[in-house]
Amino acid sequence: MLNCKQTSQLVSQSLDRRLSLRERIAVRLHLLICKYCKRFSQQLLAIRIGLQRMTKSMEEDTHLNMPSETKARIAKALEAESK
Amino acid sequence: MKTPNVHDWLTEHSDYLYRFALARLRDPHLAEDVVQETFIAAIKSPSFAEQSAPRTWLTGILKHKIIDVMRKNMREVVATDLMHEEDANMDEFFDETGHWAEKPLAWDIPHDALEQKQFLVILQQCMDKLPSKLAALFLMRDIHETDNEEICKELSITSTNAWVMLYRARMGIRKCLEIHWLQA
Repeated sequence: MLNCKQTSQLVSQSLDRRLSLRERIAVRLHLLICKYCKRFSQQLLAIRIGLQRMTKSMEEDTHLNMPSETKARIAKALEAESK
Repeated sequence: MKTPNVHDWLTEHSDYLYRFALARLRDPHLAEDVVQETFIAAIKSPSFAEQSAPRTWLTGILKHKIIDVMRKNMREVVATDLMHEEDANMDEFFDETGHWAEKPLAWDIPHDALEQKQFLVILQQCMDKLPSKLAALFLMRDIHETDNEEICKELSITSTNAWVMLYRARMGIRKCLEIHWLQA
């Protein structure tokens, strides 16, 4: 039986790798009986969703442009490369 | 077919590529560098002249450049992490029997657009408290969008150390949100 510390570690890792069947079952059993770990797991998901939204909104933010000096620098580098 | 002009591409796509990179790396200088590398790789590519959908093609190259930066960052973070192995146990969060020392409190999951916005502001502040490379690594793991699967797969080839660090980052951010979001 997993304790809360082990469960929280596996819940975090489940966002980074595919857990083994044994690990998935152990985590699921623990989450059934532990509301704190269940909460923890939902909160990690809320964080992930929040970050996805943040990335999306940054990607669509048309006020965020590349500085024109940088564009000029890249244009120059491209000319040097194509010579 | 007309040969593409890389300067037109620069004008048309560089802002988009820059935002794409910035949203993932959160570092303007790194973002500028990967965009530059992308354009240089593009003109050197033998298939340069055949591109009918340059933005998609350039974004594909850019993703690989971003992965390279992430890989390098990850190696550095993991190397630094080894020096602090003693606090990798997160003992402050659990008692000696492995139970929560401070039980996670229930949060309000943000409902409407305004709450969502406030939540993101606080989430950003909590991210800012992480060391920047760890924040970038964490961000990369947690963006996990479908077109990013390749990136995620690449970054999954990590050591246990990386999982420990990502775990620690999540614990810290969760705690920070518990303090600042709950009391906001």
